Amino acid sequence: MIVVVNYRLNNIGSILAMFRKVGVEAIETSNAEDIRRAEKIVLPGVGSFDFGMRNLHEMGLAPALNEAVLEHRKPILGICLGLQLFTQSSDEGREAGLGWLPARTKRFAFPSSPSAPKIPHIGWNSVNFPRPHPLFAGLDDEARFYFVHSFHLVSEDPDLVIARSEYGYDFDVAMARDNILGVQFHPEKSHRFGLQLLRNFANWSPHART
Amino acid sequence: MRVPRIIPCLSLRGSGFVKTEKFKNPKYLGDPINIVKIFNEKEVDELMVVDIAATTEQQQIKWPLLKQLASECFMPVGYGGGVRNLDDVHQLFAIGFEKVSLSSSALSDRPLVEAAAARYGSQSIVATIDVRKTLFGSYDVVTHSGTKKRGLDPAVAAKSLADAGCGEIVVNSVDRDGTYEGYDLQLISLVANAVGVPVVALGGAKSLLNLIEAVEVGGASAAAAASFFVYHGPHRAVLINVPSPTEIKEEFRRFRAIGK
Repeated sequence: MIVVVNYRLNNIGSILAMFRKVGVEAIETSNAEDIRRAEKIVLPGVGSFDFGMRNLHEMGLAPALNEAVLEHRKPILGICLGLQLFTQSSDEGREAGLGWLPARTKRFAFPSSPSAPKIPHIGWNSVNFPRPHPLFAGLDDEARFYFVHSFHLVSEDPDLVIARSEYGYDFDVAMARDNILGVQFHPEKSHRFGLQLLRNFANWSPHART
Repeated sequence: MRVPRIIPCLSLRGSGFVKTEKFKNPKYLGDPINIVKIFNEKEVDELMVVDIAATTEQQQIKWPLLKQLASECFMPVGYGGGVRNLDDVHQLFAIGFEKVSLSSSALSDRPLVEAAAARYGSQSIVATIDVRKTLFGSYDVVTHSGTKKRGLDPAVAAKSLADAGCGEIVVNSVDRDGTYEGYDLQLISLVANAVGVPVVALGGAKSLLNLIEAVEVGGASAAAAASFFVYHGPHRAVLINVPSPTEIKEEFRRFRAIGK
């Protein structure tokens, strides 16, 4: 059973609808017990870093997430803000992140010029894959995803980066570390490309021999 | 190649989608759920839904309908119309909208803009600026479906809203609305040059070329339209039609290669 965490900062409907469409059972929850008992977890997010971290703490979800993810190594997929919360910290706020990934979240910054890209990065963009990962099975450079963000990941370990994109400069958009996965873009808003990705996550087993 | 967004914009009035001309004479288009389903199937980049009666007729946001609409879409959907407080903003995200647009409220309630952006991030908060040309040829921001003049220059308004935290500005030409006269490129440039956030052009699009020009010539980051997507032919028969993502990409590529 896939559990999609509702920490009052996000729209879960499309994620659940996509899982339904690919024939996978998924439920929404704000309950720590459901997280502990989940087979897999999705942490979505539309919002600001501090608000996200504070909600996770106030709702008592951080301990359950830490236990499920770090101790029991349940597969987890972070989406947009969800992924950013996995990092150590963000330029956007003062709170510490969950710290599961050796990465920080930084604001886009371009040299001042009339042709500098606008911030936030909003729209469809293609991605490239520095190393293969089952999360992107069946997706190639024709794949495009919807991005809507002013802050992006900077990984401290390039080997953990499984997708990059370009907006003014190249930047990290997806990371994988054992059972912990995350994507900066919104698969639930990326039509068939997102469907494929969520299908892959549902089918994925981090401990399986390939 | 990054392809700028092409965004159908649908006006909600009562329980149906309508199309106006210069913000007047709304004509019924059809059932919102059916229309949105078609756009989803055709894999449009993004959708905007605007309740054009919510502010002027002081109506409540149509929660059940909107929840259904949002659930049909595997692409981002933004909503505007009668958003008055942070609860409204929260609810809209909860039911599935990716972005919330403030228009009348954006100009009269700066603290709301700031609070919404601080909590949900600038990337989720859009300001929609409706603009009418004055008799002297300058531009004036209007609100309440074009019925109230603000005596405000759109570039100044846009800059103020971006400073308050809006991550995207939709600039809507009242004069071009529903006319097929093409975008007001001068207006779009004025606003696009004033802010560092993406600007979305709206009002007057007749062709895919117009949409591309709004970006490549006007400096918008995306082009929105209504009539172009919902009408067909000189008699404006209702027919939902959307160029495919491949076609859009090809047309952008062609424009960039040869300049027109």
